[in-house]
Amino acid sequence: MTSKKFSISGLFIHGFLLSVVAVNLFPVLWMISSSLKTQDEVFGSASMIPKSFQWSNYIYAWTNGNFQTYFANSLLYTAATLLGVILISSMAAYAFAQANFKGSKVLFYFFVASMMIPIPGAFIPLYVLLIKLDLANTRLGLIIPYINSGLALSIFILKGFFEGVPKEIHEAATIDGCGTFGTYWHIYLPLAKPAIMVVCIFTALNVWNEVLLALVIINDQNLMPIQRGVLEFQGQHFTNYPLLMAALTISTLPILTLYFLFQRHIIKGLSEGALKE
Amino acid sequence: MTWPGVKRGFHKLYLTRAYYFLIAPAVLIYLVIGFYPFVQTFILSFYTWDGISPHKEFVFFRNYVDILFKNAIWWRSVFNAVIIAGIALVFQNSLALLLAVLVGQRIRRFKGFYRVMFYLPPMLSVIVVGIIWRWILDSNFGILNRGLELMHMGQFARAWLSSPATALGCVTLVICWQGFGNAFLLFLAGLQGIPNSFYEAAEIDGANEFQKFKIVTVPLLASATKIIVILTILGTMQAFGTVLVMTSGGPGYHTEVPVLRIYKEAFESYRFGYATAMSAVLGIILASLSFLQYKIIRKKT
Repeated sequence: MTSKKFSISGLFIHGFLLSVVAVNLFPVLWMISSSLKTQDEVFGSASMIPKSFQWSNYIYAWTNGNFQTYFANSLLYTAATLLGVILISSMAAYAFAQANFKGSKVLFYFFVASMMIPIPGAFIPLYVLLIKLDLANTRLGLIIPYINSGLALSIFILKGFFEGVPKEIHEAATIDGCGTFGTYWHIYLPLAKPAIMVVCIFTALNVWNEVLLALVIINDQNLMPIQRGVLEFQGQHFTNYPLLMAALTISTLPILTLYFLFQRHIIKGLSEGALKE
Repeated sequence: MTWPGVKRGFHKLYLTRAYYFLIAPAVLIYLVIGFYPFVQTFILSFYTWDGISPHKEFVFFRNYVDILFKNAIWWRSVFNAVIIAGIALVFQNSLALLLAVLVGQRIRRFKGFYRVMFYLPPMLSVIVVGIIWRWILDSNFGILNRGLELMHMGQFARAWLSSPATALGCVTLVICWQGFGNAFLLFLAGLQGIPNSFYEAAEIDGANEFQKFKIVTVPLLASATKIIVILTILGTMQAFGTVLVMTSGGPGYHTEVPVLRIYKEAFESYRFGYATAMSAVLGIILASLSFLQYKIIRKKT
């Protein structure tokens, strides 16, 4: 079946696809390679491989550039958001999946609608609200909006998962004396591990890469998450490219790690999730 | 009423109560952090307010009238966003479709590799992507101009991001560079949903490759296409971070985009009422665009 003609056209196709891969990879590789060069080298040569590895760029960005703080902050914001989103959305999703109580459908569509309707400027009243609540420029003031932005999608995914759990499991749990909350906590939540993992990956990616809210809500350098830190740092080192690229690499490394570790889940989750709507 | 009946009634009430309790935190957060600012966006848009002083002046539709009829910069930013969205819709998504067909139907090996590579840019932060490309395109220090000179094509080198002729095009390219992976993945998922037997049937009827694409692939990708078009419009029209770090809207207002405009209006000019009116206008534009294209595609299929 696979004639010679087929393999030649296949060669062309792979050639084309590989050239797209090259265009995709180049900026990322250029960032990493430049982060290990000296300032002179960056302006002098166009080689991908640094003459000698300038780890001092990383040390400078990490310490003097405050990236140790930004990094730790982002880890904290991500962890807190994950915890909040998983707990709150799984409770709600469980209830939405289980019961046809009064208003449950309306409430659910409310959440779905909030996912669909664009409100490009809602960050302004949100900022005003946070000031009133004394939460602007605080950790909590960033974490709560992050939790809110993760809720809708998570409820959507987890509700779908919970609805696929056989009714017998719920009945068995009731017979064994598990209340509504007990069934949720002991039976459904552990069962939902795979779906929760998908939610975790996407929420973590979103929090780590979020810019706008971080820009509006946080001004204190000690509280800045990593992308906000990058904005701050690039303002001070606008053309010190090796330093700048070291900072960018620090902020990107966790994303790359997460991506290459979980690419299967990420790609599967995305492909399935989007087409379900 | 019999005793078991009463008991069941109580039990039902107890159960329902528990469900409300489980939903309460989500509803509370959403009402306060999501819904309240949404409503406030519209309310604030009728006021003149600097965001700080206790006094707000109610001005009815004055903000709207000013934005709609007098604010050329605002419309410039909307126009730029439409250009970005249009180019993304046509070129980025055609490329994505082509790549999806190639990876999904024309090759057997390395499918996973291509998928991972093509979806890499959407994973990165817009800030990181914007800064790397700002440097690549920099007129003095950028690798693009240096590369052109090395290849003796120095006459093509220019100040990509600071000349009005090329700035918007470059920003758009970078947005598409980062965005095509999304469309690619969704097209690919759509293609995988098409049963092979459809192609075989078309083959038996004597269809060639192009006809197969037209008769089988295109119609069956309709639902994927619909989602991709909406996501592309919503994504590009709300571009912010990429533009912020690449050009900050310049030179002049040649790359100004609506969300950046809204941000500057609120946090640089302290015109909170005016900025929320802009958000409301943009929100209405976006909502009607998605609605319109939903209607159009629905009619077609």
